[in-house]
Amino acid sequence: MKLEMKDQPGQLVAALKPISAVGGNIIAVIHQRETSTATETLDVQIVLELPEGRLPNLLELLRAQGVSVVRIGEERLLYECTLIMIGHLMHTDLSDTVDQIDRTGSAEVTELSLVMPAIDAPSSARITIRSTTRAEMKRAIRILRAVAEQKNLLIIEPLEDA
Amino acid sequence: MRIALLGFGSVGQGIARAILAKDLDIIVTGLADSRSGTIDAGGIDLLAALARKGDGGPCGNPGVSPADVVAKAEYDVLVEVTPTNVETAEPALGHIRAALQRHKHVVTSNKGPIALAYPELRDLAEANGVLLKYEATVCGAIPLIHAMQEGLAGNTISRLYGVFNGTCNYILTRMAAEGLTYEQALAEARELGYAEADPTYDVEGIDAGVKLVILANTILDMHTTLDDVERTGITLLTPDALQLAEDLDCTIRLIGEIIPGAGVLRVSPRIVPKVHPLVVEGTLNAVTVEADLAGDLTFIGKGAGSTETASAVIGDLLYIRDRHVQGS
Repeated sequence: MKLEMKDQPGQLVAALKPISAVGGNIIAVIHQRETSTATETLDVQIVLELPEGRLPNLLELLRAQGVSVVRIGEERLLYECTLIMIGHLMHTDLSDTVDQIDRTGSAEVTELSLVMPAIDAPSSARITIRSTTRAEMKRAIRILRAVAEQKNLLIIEPLEDA
Repeated sequence: MRIALLGFGSVGQGIARAILAKDLDIIVTGLADSRSGTIDAGGIDLLAALARKGDGGPCGNPGVSPADVVAKAEYDVLVEVTPTNVETAEPALGHIRAALQRHKHVVTSNKGPIALAYPELRDLAEANGVLLKYEATVCGAIPLIHAMQEGLAGNTISRLYGVFNGTCNYILTRMAAEGLTYEQALAEARELGYAEADPTYDVEGIDAGVKLVILANTILDMHTTLDDVERTGITLLTPDALQLAEDLDCTIRLIGEIIPGAGVLRVSPRIVPKVHPLVVEGTLNAVTVEADLAGDLTFIGKGAGSTETASAVIGDLLYIRDRHVQGS
């Protein structure tokens, strides 16, 4: 999101403090020392992660500090993880498998490539999941593992985390 | 230094050939295979024993058992290189116990006794003032155990992961390179002698799992068994799955992983970027160790083979000789 604040010492700290107060995690701060308007304000762009539902609280705290928020660009699904599934994917209701992830509300299947070599032969699929947080990704993968066990599918996870 | 050699298959013969070829100052005073044994305090003629074995015969006298060699031969170190039994570790476990009780050092390539009974054997060795070394049990020629025990002493290991089974790595390399099915690649591995007639131990991840247990129990201070390893093999992998990975500039490898802090021991096929250092070709092994002081280290080398495994055994023998064996 893009913040606008007064060009005074201590203003940047005042803008950042509330973020940790609401449990947010600052990923990047881009501080351009060019006054954006005729008034004496500074533009600062902050990239951050916030737990679901904390944004109104943060905005309120920022306003109390005299910091105005110019623009909020919300990217909900920050984390991405690609896995491969092998087995009788269609016969075990692929849409239900996808739905079990989507139903969490905080992780979604965003891409699926399916190869079906022959009738009755196991098919292979590459599945991309996106999630709001790292913890939600872990949860989505746990769900997928449980579904795979129940449906007798093989799940191949990436070596490195999302 | 005098050794008694139990096991005269691929590894045992590799050790004998290395002793013959190099001036290692090692004399073999006892030798046994599954059918026979021989004891000679003056030193056994290894060339003749290799020739007998090469002709399909026993290495020694059918009237001499491995237990006789352990109990009666005059030696400083028992070298136990018989095939692994992951269920009971016998008969190797009994032979190792007997040697330690005779105040003899032991060097083994046998995963069974180390995976199943390391704490007991370590205590027994300590009580008898001798050493128990097992470098050859994990990743053949790669001196991984020595590196972790000696070179990385003082480091805390947060994660250890890699390719621990050359047979699986060969199969996956061939599936990715040629689009072979699992069955075709396995047949090829068998023809080349990389896979056993019954490949279960390799392809179901049991071999890799046992190696994780050894590393966890002997170096990472964990107390685990094979049952604690979450294990998935490679038998269900399809050429399509490898192609789907390839589309992302990735491939699939059977990865063994230990995360000591989280109690994770896991063997499973994983998607790995092709540029990753663990993506090694053919029967190679590769292991990455994440250490707090040293940072990440990756070891790559031959995980099996007669001469390669002999290298690890001889490294252990010379370690013992340089530190402990007097008058040799």
